[in-house]
Amino acid sequence: MIALALPAQDSGTFTPPGIDQMHLPAILPWGASDGFSKQMLLVILSVVLIATFFILAARKQQLVPGKLQFAGEMAYGFVRNSIAKDIIGGRDFMKFVPLLFSLFFFILVNNIYGAIPVIQLPSFSHVGGAYVLAAVVYVTWIGIGIKKNGLKYFKLATVPSGVPWYILPIVVPIEIISNFMVRPVTHSLRLFATMMAGHLIVMIAGSGIEFLVMQENVLLKGASVLVLVGAVAMYMLEALIMVLQAYVFTLLTAIYIEGALHADSH
Amino acid sequence: MNQQIISAAAQGAAESANPLVPNPWEMGVVLAGFAVLFYIVVKFVVPMFEKTFAERAEAIEGGIAKAEKAQAEASAALEEYKQQLHDARAEANRIREEARAEGAQILAELKTKAAAESARITEQAFAQIESERQAAVVSLRSEVGTLATTLAERIVGESLSDDERAARVVDRFLADLETQSAGAAK
Repeated sequence: MIALALPAQDSGTFTPPGIDQMHLPAILPWGASDGFSKQMLLVILSVVLIATFFILAARKQQLVPGKLQFAGEMAYGFVRNSIAKDIIGGRDFMKFVPLLFSLFFFILVNNIYGAIPVIQLPSFSHVGGAYVLAAVVYVTWIGIGIKKNGLKYFKLATVPSGVPWYILPIVVPIEIISNFMVRPVTHSLRLFATMMAGHLIVMIAGSGIEFLVMQENVLLKGASVLVLVGAVAMYMLEALIMVLQAYVFTLLTAIYIEGALHADSH
Repeated sequence: MNQQIISAAAQGAAESANPLVPNPWEMGVVLAGFAVLFYIVVKFVVPMFEKTFAERAEAIEGGIAKAEKAQAEASAALEEYKQQLHDARAEANRIREEARAEGAQILAELKTKAAAESARITEQAFAQIESERQAAVVSLRSEVGTLATTLAERIVGESLSDDERAARVVDRFLADLETQSAGAAK
């Protein structure tokens, strides 16, 4: 399937698929380079899936939950208790549960697309989505910090307490760079890079298997089995990373929010 | 062949778009999609789950409170029952002690009474015996002479009122006595 998008290859050379092959032609208008793409469709689908599932699960509101409600409560309770409550703390974590919950399941579903045959495109392997979410989080935690501490927040966030004055000229620029410049970049690129790498590995493995199978040499044909075994192992690893990255992104968001809320005690 | 692969790859990389440059349309879709999801979560999902959680917590806490109340009531009843039992035991002990003391007192009283009674009876008996003896003595005193005389009259068979005959009897008696004494002297 992937090979359809690859340039024509003779049997002698193997041309690995690159970044370009990750950007499939648009669906609407069909085949255009810039239009409504598969990635956009999947993002919209993910919103529908998540909203439908959780509204169905939460709708009945029974004290003794059924299977669907129990699953929904487990998922919701995981973000609410294991991320929001544990990181932000018992007093004002509830305000941030919706954001963390939306982030976690939005990223989770869009990542897991990469592990589903035929769909096989993690939405965040395209960097735009990761930039948007990281920006939303960036604006949110800076907003929380300013709302909580006023403009003094920037001093609290960049001048650590208990540091001798003669080290401050070194520490303050480092803090500014790490907190306000590097943080959103790493936050978005971490998600994007892991998803893109995973997607790329699956693509390369797929095209590699196809290339080997097409060879006339029987030994080379047989070697495709090795690639297949490796590809399955990588697939499992990628599935793990997809879940893990959703968790890491949400956890970091919670940590940033907590840092902004309690800037005076850091 | 290796050379060819590397060159092909290098060529491909050179032609590739920079992966860090985003597609603005995709950014827009992600932003809009996330906004819609966030709205749904804020508006429906979180309130519904929180409501269920709160209701469940309330139900469980209510149940616990009810159970605790029942427990407290049961232990209070048990305490009361124990207290009553203890009181009843003390009461029974007290009554038993009282009864024992009373019994002992009654016994002592009866003993004294019996002793007094027996003493009285003995005394009475003595007095009666004494008075009967006195009466006997008196009656004997008055009757012994008459009886003796009557007896003597019967024995003698004659009336001793005849002086001559009496004198004769006495004489004979005296004579008998003399002979007896003479015979004895010889």
